[in-house]
Amino acid sequence: MTERMTGAQALVRALEHMEVETVFGIPGGAILPAYDPLLDSTKVRHVLVRHEQGAGHAAEGYAQATGKVGVCMATSGPGATNLVTPIADAYMDSVPIVAITGQVASSMIGTDAFQEADIVGITMPITKHNFLVTRAEDIPRTIAEAFHIAGTGRPGPVLVDISKDALQDEMDFVWPQPMQLPGYRPVTRPHSKQIREAARLIAEARRPVLYVGGGVHKAGASAELKVLAELTGMPVATTLMARGTFPDAHPQHVGMPGMHGTVAAVGALQRADLLVALGTRFDDRVTGRLDTFAPDAKIVHADIDPAEISKNRHADVPIVGDAREVIADLIVAVKAEIEARGAVDGRSGDYADWWAYLDRLRETYPLGYEDHEDGLAPQYVIERLGKLVGPDAFYCAGVGQHQMWAAQYIGYENPGSFINSGGAGTMGFAVPAAMGVKMGRPDATVWAIDGDGCFQMTNQELATCAIEGVPIKVAVINNGNLGMVRQWQTLFYNERYSNTDLQTARLIPDFVKLAEAYGCVGIRCDKAEDVDAAIQKAMEINDVPVVIDFIVHKDAMVWPMVAAGTSNDDIKYARDLAPEWENGD
Amino acid sequence: MSRHTLSVLVENKPGVLARVAALFSRRGFNIDSLAVGPTEHADISRMTIVVSVEDLPLEQVTKQLNKLVNVIKIVELDPAQSVQRELMLVKVRADAETRSQVLETVQLFRARCVDVAPDAVTIEVTGTVDKLEAFIRVLEPFGIKELVQSGMVAVGRGARSITDRTLRALDRSA
Repeated sequence: MTERMTGAQALVRALEHMEVETVFGIPGGAILPAYDPLLDSTKVRHVLVRHEQGAGHAAEGYAQATGKVGVCMATSGPGATNLVTPIADAYMDSVPIVAITGQVASSMIGTDAFQEADIVGITMPITKHNFLVTRAEDIPRTIAEAFHIAGTGRPGPVLVDISKDALQDEMDFVWPQPMQLPGYRPVTRPHSKQIREAARLIAEARRPVLYVGGGVHKAGASAELKVLAELTGMPVATTLMARGTFPDAHPQHVGMPGMHGTVAAVGALQRADLLVALGTRFDDRVTGRLDTFAPDAKIVHADIDPAEISKNRHADVPIVGDAREVIADLIVAVKAEIEARGAVDGRSGDYADWWAYLDRLRETYPLGYEDHEDGLAPQYVIERLGKLVGPDAFYCAGVGQHQMWAAQYIGYENPGSFINSGGAGTMGFAVPAAMGVKMGRPDATVWAIDGDGCFQMTNQELATCAIEGVPIKVAVINNGNLGMVRQWQTLFYNERYSNTDLQTARLIPDFVKLAEAYGCVGIRCDKAEDVDAAIQKAMEINDVPVVIDFIVHKDAMVWPMVAAGTSNDDIKYARDLAPEWENGD
Repeated sequence: MSRHTLSVLVENKPGVLARVAALFSRRGFNIDSLAVGPTEHADISRMTIVVSVEDLPLEQVTKQLNKLVNVIKIVELDPAQSVQRELMLVKVRADAETRSQVLETVQLFRARCVDVAPDAVTIEVTGTVDKLEAFIRVLEPFGIKELVQSGMVAVGRGARSITDRTLRALDRSA
């Protein structure tokens, strides 16, 4: 059955067939034909945002909260280039989004036409794949391929650039569309020999660690992870992208590894004799100086992307596959290995000495912070937020100190409940991402934890939230400064604070008034004793977005810290305070 | 550093060369030589890429190339088990006095003279990198006016083909 229609109608029809419910975007000249049939669609809701960057981050938040592919849309030229940052962000954090951009008419491409930009060329290195479509009849198949590529294998952003004439021309619509992707065959099924070898190493290890990354939740494998962890009794470290994938309250959880990880998690990786790395990529923020990272550890590295394996650290046992299948197979293999060995040496899975060592680290060096006599401790605000709001909410963070404190002090019990910009470190991520999360999960409570620097980059999406009825809650951790940069200036640049003072302390802008101007409720809080009341007040408001301006102390710093380029062994628990490692055996 | 020859089967689509070239530059790998052309299958082009890298980065190059959606298959060709050729056109100064000597060199290298002018000849020669380098050395004393060289193309020795199995799989899926 074919139906005659325009390319633009075919685009909307294809989106409907892909079960797209929400599209974030802004129209403009080249994409205009697509917006006309969008008005008639009863299945696709278009959310008019205030800046294309907001559309992209909203699509990312939506994708991460729902497990579906997020969709954003923009016109050619500047509309498309404004999507570049969220596309790069989605690429670094493996978030499945499809970005649809209008392009000038195919006869005009290459002439430096009005609002022309080579967005396919620009986004080539930051997309999983991208397409330029110049014929109406290619639109439905390309959309099917784009969603397939974005959502399968290692997820990622796909851009579809469609010329204006392709949107306007008529074509015969057919669905479903056979995909033509001879070079795209992601491997999901792990190799059984490698799985058995991994199980053997686990059974033989004395100091193993499960080093868990964002890929485990993306594969929907947190339940399997818990089974594997409890079966083996191994300690579990969850990276920034994996917070919540394994419950923080679980006794086997040693915390987040990396630059601002717990001493126990960093120490566990450094002294391990085996790392079982699942859906993680040995990022420099986790490994510190690579040649001193986990020096005694053998590496089992499972990832769906073969190019991640042995990229930064050589894997003794490489496993290519979907984390869920890998972990399920590992459970079976480890059980068999433990049974077979139990009879022989009786010591498989005996990590008592290892745990004694890690428990000592946990007790001696718990996460902690100082109270300030002359101001509010930002960590306290976030800790109270986690306590009062609880683990069933979604928490979105921007990038910087507040993000690290949000990773450290909320307390995550549910997979996917912490959504932030990890690899790219995109300031301004929180508010639009929270909007996307809330649209994908309207029944959930969604908090954006933002800094005053980040907040000023994308807070215009509060207008979108207010108008579209998306009551997110924003906790601005307002220290008046670009806090993380200031922290580095304090530590590494002799307290020479070059261009980090935003002077937000002068109430320029006044975030309470700003919130009100956007049709939101604004609350200000600058005393510890008022924190609970402010949060509770925000929790009671569910019809409009709420912004709490927490005025916090500017000298608070994120600890522990592994300075960039140094070894994890040189982690500082607080300024000039190195932990005593003692003996790992 | 060692030289590696990669045969890469790619979809014959616009922009594929840009994707491959961009990937090499973005990941910090240098291309020594690159040749692209059609194959016996209209939808598939074949690139021959020569890179100088250690074994470990080579593995990264191959894995990253494989991630490109338009890349169908990559095979590393062992120089001992493959035929590798480059094409060179070289314009050499040759007047009545030196022409016969130049032409003698052409014959020795099994090259061909493809154009003659009163004071120059243009020579076509194919061969391995070593042969072409040797040829240039011998011609240099006469005076090389212009030289242009193709990228290397290579094919494995024996009856096996890297394309036929791939193409059969493609035909089945079509």
